[in-house]
Amino acid sequence: MSSSHVIGLTTPLSVKDVEGLRAGDRVLISGIIYTARDAAHKRLLSLIERGKSLPFPPEGQIIYYVGPSPAPPGRIIGAAGPTTSYRMDPYTPRLLELGLKGMIGKGKRSTQVREAMVKNKAIYMAAIGGAGALMSTVIKEAKVIAYEDLGPEAIRRLTVDQLPAIVVNDTLGNDLYEDGKKRYQII
Amino acid sequence: MRKISAKHLTEVIKREVIAANLQLGDDMIEALRRARNIEESEVGKEILDKLLENAELASANRIPICQDTGLVVIFAELGQEVCIVDGDFTEAIEEGVRVGYQEGYLRKSVCHPFTRENTGDNTPVIIHLDMVPGDRLRLWVVPKGGGSENMSALYMLPPSAGWNGVKEKVVETVVRAGPNPCPPTIVGVGIGGNFEKCAILAKKALLRPVSEPNPVAELQAMEVELLEEINKSGVGPEGLGGRVTSLAVHINMMPCHIASLPVAVNIQCHANRHREVLL
Repeated sequence: MSSSHVIGLTTPLSVKDVEGLRAGDRVLISGIIYTARDAAHKRLLSLIERGKSLPFPPEGQIIYYVGPSPAPPGRIIGAAGPTTSYRMDPYTPRLLELGLKGMIGKGKRSTQVREAMVKNKAIYMAAIGGAGALMSTVIKEAKVIAYEDLGPEAIRRLTVDQLPAIVVNDTLGNDLYEDGKKRYQII
Repeated sequence: MRKISAKHLTEVIKREVIAANLQLGDDMIEALRRARNIEESEVGKEILDKLLENAELASANRIPICQDTGLVVIFAELGQEVCIVDGDFTEAIEEGVRVGYQEGYLRKSVCHPFTRENTGDNTPVIIHLDMVPGDRLRLWVVPKGGGSENMSALYMLPPSAGWNGVKEKVVETVVRAGPNPCPPTIVGVGIGGNFEKCAILAKKALLRPVSEPNPVAELQAMEVELLEEINKSGVGPEGLGGRVTSLAVHINMMPCHIASLPVAVNIQCHANRHREVLL
């Protein structure tokens, strides 16, 4: 989303990085991010419950909720837009406690997740849902690092260059979906 | 009897599932352009620009419009003077999907409900078959995404609810879905029939090209009223606020039982993929 106030973010994120962001800020994310959706989250939580280490250390990291389509020959990845985030809500607070600092997806989060973001200082960002071809162009490297058997749901380490997103939930508890809707509502 | 070979049917399905996922229809491109002109929110305008850019890029780079390349729904109108030869009708369609999703680098998005184990080839396919007069086979190939399908709903209203009750449920369903189904959406509404028919009516309403008015004047007026109500919500593109929450509402209606007023709302994201072929 090209516009005047665009903030560049480089992973891993610090508490200071996320505290400086507000709902409505447009960001361009660069560096390493990790993909995980439904099935991978279930497995991550099972590892946490059993006290085992995760395929990637969550501190300061960003998880991108995406299940990309297969890479055609000569390409790094197929279409790679965000999936709907609420399905990851039951698993998210635990990951935030472990230091996860950001999530990229689309759609509303639960009250519990929003509270956990405030408590643990983390942010939730939306990418453009359904713009899968466009999103594939900012992904420079993609490697499956866990759960290959899950196919599109495997955990991938992505290197991204200026991935565009917009902050939906910040560390103060603001919610852009609520504010944006109110602004244009006709009663 | 006119013969259509199962092998030909497989080839057609393979070609169409790939084309549907890579090429957004002209009706949708037009609808997104119109929405771009109406939208007042700056973020909303940018999103609509990006969606148009995404459609161009998908077609130019041969990358799917959306990574969710869907569960395939096929509506088939089979002429009663057509004979499918050298194979089985359902198997021919499933083979087309199997090969198309492999060769087209499309995501396999179908799994066991509980183990969540992927079937690996994007089958089974949901097939709705109607037998009609004539010697042609008409097919609609619809890869349907999960995000918008999850926000769909069906209500068995009491007859006393009337049009206002139907209106309330449709608007409530779309507004409650908010950003989740990737607005701006197309809203398929089925009214009447019974429990299962109502859902099929709603899905079938999505096949109509966007911007093509409903041929029934009464339904056309209802569609306009619903779209206006939905777009008052302020949900907007991607749910970030704006004037365009839905691009169109399409209604199919039929008589129902004297005790019922079924209404189904099938939400379709802006990656509205449907291809029609006549064999």
